[in-house]
Amino acid sequence: MEAFLIRAALGGAGVALAAAPLGCFVVWRRMAYFGDATAHAALLGIALSLALSMPILPGVLLAAFAMAVSVTALTNRGYAQDTALGVLSHGALATGLVAISLQGGMRVDLSAYLIGDILAIDWTNVMLIWAGALLVIGGIYWRWSALLTVTLQPDMATASGLKPEREQMVLTIGLAIVVAVAIKVVGALLISALLLMPASAARAFARTPEAMAILAAAIGVASALGGLEVSLLLDTPTGPTIVCTATAIFAVSVLLRPWLAISD
Amino acid sequence: MSVLQAGRCEMTLISAEDASVRFGATYAVRDVSMSINDSEIVTIVGPNGSGKSTLLRLLVGALPPTSGRVVRRPGLKIGYVPQRLSLDTTLPITVERFLCLPHRQPKSKQDYVLGMVGLSDQRHAQVSKLSGGQLQRALLARAVLTEPEVLILDEPTQGLDQHGISDFYALISGVHSDLGCAVLMVSHDLHVVMRASDHVICMNGHICCQGAPTDVSDSPEYLALFGDRDARSLALYSHHHDHAHHHATHTHD
Repeated sequence: MEAFLIRAALGGAGVALAAAPLGCFVVWRRMAYFGDATAHAALLGIALSLALSMPILPGVLLAAFAMAVSVTALTNRGYAQDTALGVLSHGALATGLVAISLQGGMRVDLSAYLIGDILAIDWTNVMLIWAGALLVIGGIYWRWSALLTVTLQPDMATASGLKPEREQMVLTIGLAIVVAVAIKVVGALLISALLLMPASAARAFARTPEAMAILAAAIGVASALGGLEVSLLLDTPTGPTIVCTATAIFAVSVLLRPWLAISD
Repeated sequence: MSVLQAGRCEMTLISAEDASVRFGATYAVRDVSMSINDSEIVTIVGPNGSGKSTLLRLLVGALPPTSGRVVRRPGLKIGYVPQRLSLDTTLPITVERFLCLPHRQPKSKQDYVLGMVGLSDQRHAQVSKLSGGQLQRALLARAVLTEPEVLILDEPTQGLDQHGISDFYALISGVHSDLGCAVLMVSHDLHVVMRASDHVICMNGHICCQGAPTDVSDSPEYLALFGDRDARSLALYSHHHDHAHHHATHTHD
């Protein structure tokens, strides 16, 4: 197997592993648009990094984190959360696109940031992806029970001595990290899919939150590797093909769900 | 006097002193002073939107007071029974797993509380599939599992039928005598409240009146808030069911 394929497989699997358990919380807490907004903010971060001739990762992390904080702030000021997210998310996407094009137009390959370019990642990228993935998985593992309690009922969590805002922050930081490392793999437009689809597909087969997270990780990795394989066969862009694979697995789970008493 | 006060303080689990919560320009709760002591049953009553739930969240620590203060005894173990869970069908969780949030509990204890609330056969059921009454009992089981010093319930019988309501209160009273914990709850079920509480707090943005059930039910503020019909049915109720004690108060006015 050629080295670029090994790197792509490792990178895709790493992103999928981190995105899946985090994606469970995105699904449970109905944060789907939150994920979208964070991913769109990443484009703004890329523009910022290009303007300052900095490496892209810190810029993306910063922008994604700033987005999460802004959404929370706007929501606390009384804007409906879907409105706040819609405005900020598309505002960031549009501003990011304009700002990147101002950097010198044709010099920048925009589609690499929008739909990713997994076949072009180098070993440094692979290492960063795995470092980020392990950080996210470790953080979620560490806070697992607290996060679950807060998700089910914040006041109940407070009464048990937990701090809901602090647990929310764990998810926000995790989301920023996943977005930052996933942008090379599936791009800003499709990151949400890697969060939502494996988790939603896993729901049909799970009876406990733990089982759902583990299954989601497995489905995510299968989508990444399957998508990579199919994209080579059909000569299609890899990022979207990975998401198509995840969509297909989700569709199968929907069809199977009525036959699976275990999930109910 | 000072000795007496010191003695009282040790028994106090949670207290509020002139505590207010303001959202923007409007007060949800204003200048509330109250306390809940060891093994006491305190009930908060009041019309919708009178700040009952806000007061509860303030006492639990989920909301900071805008002014005044709320003091919880250091290390106080609270068992909290929320009105409902923000659980939808996307989150699979069994009753057994739910009991172990946020910390794993020994199976013997799980068995005990499940038996107590009558959910032993639902251990492996999905929480999202429980009926309203079963869910309330599962929430109660989780809350008492850690042997709390105070059990806090936010309108625990909402959505239950008459039968379910009296069953649930019987359960709470069983927990109260079993664990010897204090109970603080928000309730709409005036009859039961007046019979079973040690202390009743009547809210309407601020505390209109508080005290022993008989004192509160006689107070003009309480009658103004709940109207003649509820007050009358209460009187009838105490007449029938709690003869000696309430009868005296009744003839008094």
